[in-house]
Amino acid sequence: MAGVAQLQRQLVEYRHSLFDEGILGDYFKQLEQLQDESGPDFVIQVATSFNNDSENHLHKLTEALEQESVDFEKVVYHVLKLKGSSSCMGAHKVSEICTTFHNFCKEKNIEKCKKCLEQVKDERSLLKGKLETLFEASK
Amino acid sequence: MVCKMEHDQIEDMDTEVLHSMWPEDVGPDVSKQFNVENPGGDQDMLEEVTIVEEPSIVDFKRLLELTNYTDQGSSQLAYLVKHWEYKQATAVRLLREELDILSKQRQEVELKKLEILEEHRFEEESNGCDKRPVSILEDVYDIYEDVPRRKKDAVVQSKRVEIAAEYGTIVYWKQRALHSEKLLEAGTQREQALQEKLQESIKNLERQSSPVEELSQILKRADNFLHFVLRNAPVVIGHQDKELRYCFIYNHFPSLQEEDILGKTDMEIFTGPGVKESQEFKKEVLDKGKPAKREIKFDTELFGSKTFLIYVEPVFSKAGETIGINYMGMDVTDQVRKREKMMKVREEIAVQRAKETEMNKTIHITEETMRAKQMLATMSHEIRSPLAGVVSMADILSNTILDREQRQLLNVMISSGDLVLQLINDILDLSKVESGVMRLEATKFRPREVVQHVLQTAAASLQKILTLEGHVADDVPIEVIGDVLRIRQILTNLISNAVKFTHEGKVGIKLYLVPEPPFAKEGSQSTPNIPQEENSSLTLQLSSDEKGLSGQNHDECPCQIHLLSDSSMDGDKEEQHESTETTVWIRCDVYDSGIGIPENGLPTIFKKYMQVSVDHARKYGGTGLGLAICKQLVELMGGRLTVTSRVHNGSTFTFILPYKVSSTSDNSDDPDELLDMADHDAATDDITAGFFQFHPSNLGSLFSSNGSTRTQQLSSNNIGYNSSNNLNGFSEDSYSFPSDDVRPKETALLEDASSTVEVAETISEPESSFSSSQHTNNENVVCRGKEIKDDGENHVKISSTDPGSHSESSREMGLMAKTREPPGSCQSTASSSPEEKSKLKPKILLVEDDKINIMVTQAMMKQLGHTIDVVNNGVEAVRAVQCHTYDLILMDVCMPVMDGLQATRLIRSFEETGSWDSAVKAGIEQSVLSSDSIQQSKGSIPSTRRMPIIAMTANALSESEDECFANGMDSFVSKPVTFQKLKECLGQYLT
Repeated sequence: MAGVAQLQRQLVEYRHSLFDEGILGDYFKQLEQLQDESGPDFVIQVATSFNNDSENHLHKLTEALEQESVDFEKVVYHVLKLKGSSSCMGAHKVSEICTTFHNFCKEKNIEKCKKCLEQVKDERSLLKGKLETLFEASK
Repeated sequence: MVCKMEHDQIEDMDTEVLHSMWPEDVGPDVSKQFNVENPGGDQDMLEEVTIVEEPSIVDFKRLLELTNYTDQGSSQLAYLVKHWEYKQATAVRLLREELDILSKQRQEVELKKLEILEEHRFEEESNGCDKRPVSILEDVYDIYEDVPRRKKDAVVQSKRVEIAAEYGTIVYWKQRALHSEKLLEAGTQREQALQEKLQESIKNLERQSSPVEELSQILKRADNFLHFVLRNAPVVIGHQDKELRYCFIYNHFPSLQEEDILGKTDMEIFTGPGVKESQEFKKEVLDKGKPAKREIKFDTELFGSKTFLIYVEPVFSKAGETIGINYMGMDVTDQVRKREKMMKVREEIAVQRAKETEMNKTIHITEETMRAKQMLATMSHEIRSPLAGVVSMADILSNTILDREQRQLLNVMISSGDLVLQLINDILDLSKVESGVMRLEATKFRPREVVQHVLQTAAASLQKILTLEGHVADDVPIEVIGDVLRIRQILTNLISNAVKFTHEGKVGIKLYLVPEPPFAKEGSQSTPNIPQEENSSLTLQLSSDEKGLSGQNHDECPCQIHLLSDSSMDGDKEEQHESTETTVWIRCDVYDSGIGIPENGLPTIFKKYMQVSVDHARKYGGTGLGLAICKQLVELMGGRLTVTSRVHNGSTFTFILPYKVSSTSDNSDDPDELLDMADHDAATDDITAGFFQFHPSNLGSLFSSNGSTRTQQLSSNNIGYNSSNNLNGFSEDSYSFPSDDVRPKETALLEDASSTVEVAETISEPESSFSSSQHTNNENVVCRGKEIKDDGENHVKISSTDPGSHSESSREMGLMAKTREPPGSCQSTASSSPEEKSKLKPKILLVEDDKINIMVTQAMMKQLGHTIDVVNNGVEAVRAVQCHTYDLILMDVCMPVMDGLQATRLIRSFEETGSWDSAVKAGIEQSVLSSDSIQQSKGSIPSTRRMPIIAMTANALSESEDECFANGMDSFVSKPVTFQKLKECLGQYLT
C-alpha cells in the first residue's frame, strides 16, 4: 500500500512538473474535469486525437513550407488549427509557439516559420512522450 | 561712407543694435573720417564732379549759432583753428630755418673778410719790418671801424695797386685786390638777394589767407565730399531744434521747397500714419538725451507708403542742455519688404514643421492605439480566460459532493475569484468604452423586472438591516429597448455602492418618465447607438424569449405568430416597426440614507481610481472604478449620470437614459402576456407592479462579495423570498443555464432533463412534422409543400436512429459525425416540438472541424446539460441550417471546404431574403431534409428569425474580431473555449 501511495505521489509530482514547465496549461485541468463516469478515458481520447491531428497538420505544414512559392494562406490555416486544438487540449507550449508562428506567417518570414515548425515538432513529440508516461502511470 | 552705412543697415535689420551712423564726435581725431588734408589730388577729382548744391537747404544764421553754441560746433571750429595754427607754425618754422641759414652765411662772409683784412695787415707789417713799419694807411689804421674802413680799404687798395705798379710787385697785389673785390661784390649781391627773399616771404606771409577763409574752404571741401558721397543715397539728413522745427534738411529727392520745411515740424509738413510716431520718437530722444534708432512706417500723401530707418541723436549745448536733434533717415522699404517676406517664409516653414511634427505625433498615437487595441485583445485573452478557468473549475467542483468545510472553503475561493474577475472585467470594460470598442446592444427588456432583479440580488447578499425598495412610475412603459446588460450593470453598481455606504435606513431605485433633457437635443443624432435595422428581428427574438420567462409557451407562441403574420402579411414588418417607434427618456434615481459624500469629494467621484478619501478606501474597500464605468456607460448610451448628496443624509445618483419603445410589439405582446400570465401563478403582478420592497433575509450568509453577481446568483437558490417562485426564475435566467429557468423546480438533475427530452422527441416528432404542413406557406420560405413528404419519411428514419444513441454518448457521436452523416443531411439530436416541454431545450449547432475542439465542447455542453449538433465545415453548417432552426450556432472561423465567415454570410443572406439563392450560387444544393423547419413553421419560431452565431477562433486579435462582426456574427469567443466563456454565451443568447 505504501508503494502505491508513493507511486501516486510521484505521479502527482510528475503531473505538477508538466504544468510548472509550461508544457501543459490550466486548460488541461479543465479537460480533466470534463472526464466523468460516462467517458472515463476522455482525456486520453482527446490526447490521442490531438496526437493524430497535430501530426497531420505538421505534415501539411512541412509540405507547404517546402514549396518554392509558399502558400501562406494554407500555412496560416494549419497553424491556426494547430493552435486551436493545442490550446483546447491544454498543450500550452505548443499553443504558444503557434502564436509566434502565426505572427511570422503574417510577416511572411519563411525562415522563421521553418524554425517555428521545428520547435512545434519538438514540443509536440516531447508532449506526446510526457503524456504517454503520464497516462501509463495513471493506469 | 555710403557703403558702410548700407552695411550697417543690413546688420541692423536683424540686430537692432543702436549705434550711430555718423561720426559720434567730430573731435581732433576726426581727420581719419574727413580725408580732406590732401587737397591736391582730391581737388582735381572733385573738380570733375559737378555737385548739385540745391538739395540742401540751410538756415545759415542758425548754423552760425550752432557752431557758436554747441559742443560739436565748437569742437569742429577748434579743430579747424588748430589745423590752421599748425600750418602757420610750419610756415614760421620754415622761415626761421631760412633765416638761420642766411645769418650763418653772413657770419661766414664776415669771417672771411676778417681773414682777408688780417692777411692784409700782416703784409703791411712785413713790409714795415724792412723799413719803418709805417703804413700808408697809418692815419686810418683802425680796422675796427667797419664800413668807413672798407671804403678806405677800397681806396687804399686802389692806391696800393698804384703803389704796386710803382714798386714792381704791384701786379700780384692788383690781382689779389681784384679777386677780393669780386668776392665782396658776390657777397653783397647775395645779401641783397636774401634780403629780397625775406621781404618776399614776409609779403607772402601777409598775403596768406585768414583762418576764417581757411576754415570755410575746408568746410566747403567737406561739404563737397558729403554731397559727393550722399549724391545718390536715399537718405534724409536733418537738424531740428528743441521744438522739433527743421533747421536744416538734406533730401536727395526734395519734394518741398525750403520755406515749406524750415521752421516747421514733421506734423506740420506731413500727414498720415507714421508721422506722429516719428514725431514722438524724436521727442523721446530729446527727453532722454540718448541717441536711438527706430524703424517707422510712413504712409503719407507726399511719398506714399514707405518705411524709414530713422536715427535720431540729441544735440547738446555747451552747458549740457539738449537744444535739438540731428536726424537721419533712410528709406528701407525694400529691405523691410524682403524681410517681411522672409519672415513669412520662415513662418510658413515653421508652420509646416509644426504640422509635420503633429502628423508624426498623430501617426505615433494611431500606432499606439493600434498597439493598445491589440494589447486589449491579448489582455482579455491572457488574463481573463485562465482566471475564468480557475473560477469555473471551482464552480464545477462545487457541484460535486463535498463536506461542509470544503464547501465553505470553496465558496470563499469562488467569491474571491469572482471579485478578481469582476475587477478585470471592470478594467476591460472601461478600456473598451474608452477605446471605442464597446458595442451596445439593443434588446427589449422590462424595466420593472430589471429593477426588481437588481434589488433582489442586492438583497440576497445583504448583511445589514436595510430596506431595499423600488418605485416604478405608472407611465414607464412595460417594455423598452436598450442594452439591458449595461443598464443592469449600472444599476447593480450603483446599488451595491449605496448598500456599501449605508449602515441603516433604506436604499432604493426610483424610475419615472421625464421629458427629453436639454443635453440630448444638442447631439440627439449621435446618442442612440442602437442599430436600427436589428429592431425587427430583435422584437421577434425577444417575444420568444419572454415566453421562456413566463415559463409557459406553446399556447402563447402560435398566438403571437398569428398576430405578427396578420399585421405583416405583405412582408413589410420592418416599416411597421420603425414607424411606430418612439423614444422615451427615463430617469432613474438610486438613493440611499447612507454616509453621503462631502462637497469637496463630488467633483472627483466619477474619476477613475478615485474615492472620496483614503479613509473611505480603507474602510469600505473597492477600486474606485465602479462609478467611472457607470458614467462612461451612461454617456455611451447617450445619457447623463449625476449625483446629489448631503453628508450623513445620503446620496442620490441619477441617470437619465433614452430608450426606444416599440408600440407594435407592445400591442401584440401585452394582451398575450397578460392572458398567459393570468393562467400562471403570481405572474400578473410582475409586469405592472410599481413597487418592490426587500428586507434582508440572509444575514446568516457567510460569504458575499459586493458587485459579484455570481455569488448572489448562487446564493439565491438557497434563499426564500417573499416574492413568487417565478422571481427565482428571473434571477436565474440572465446568469445561468437556460435549462434551469425553464423549469425552475427541476433545476437539480440535468441528466433527467435530457432523458425527458429523449422520450419526448421520439413520440412527438412524426406527429408534429406532419401536422405542420398546412402552415408552411404562410411563413416559412424554406419549407415548400413539395418537400414535406420526403421530409417526413427521412426524418422518421433519422429520429429512429439518432436520439437513442445520442443522449447517452453525444461525445462519441461528435467524433463519428462525419462517417455517420449522409452528405447533405442534417444531424438532429434534440429536435423540438411545440407540444412538449422538451422543445424548450435550446438547439445548438457546433460547426467545427477540429476533433479535439468538438470533443471538449461537447463534453462541456454535456456538463451544462445541453446536447449539440455537430457539423464539420461551412457547407455542412449551411445544410444543417437549411433543415433546422437553431437557437445558437457556434462557428469556427477557420475550416476546410467553406470557412465560418462565408457560411455565416450565407445564413444571414437567407435570413434576410428568405431564399438560399446565394448558397446555391456558392455550390450548396438545397437540402432535401427540412423536417425541422416544417415543425418550426408551425411552431414557435419563424424561420426568418436571426440566429445568434458566435465565432470561435484561435486568432484572438481584434482585427479578426472585427472581421467576424463584419460578416454577420454576433459575438466572438477566442479559443480555447472555457467553461466560463461558454456559459456566458449561453447565458446571453439562450435566455
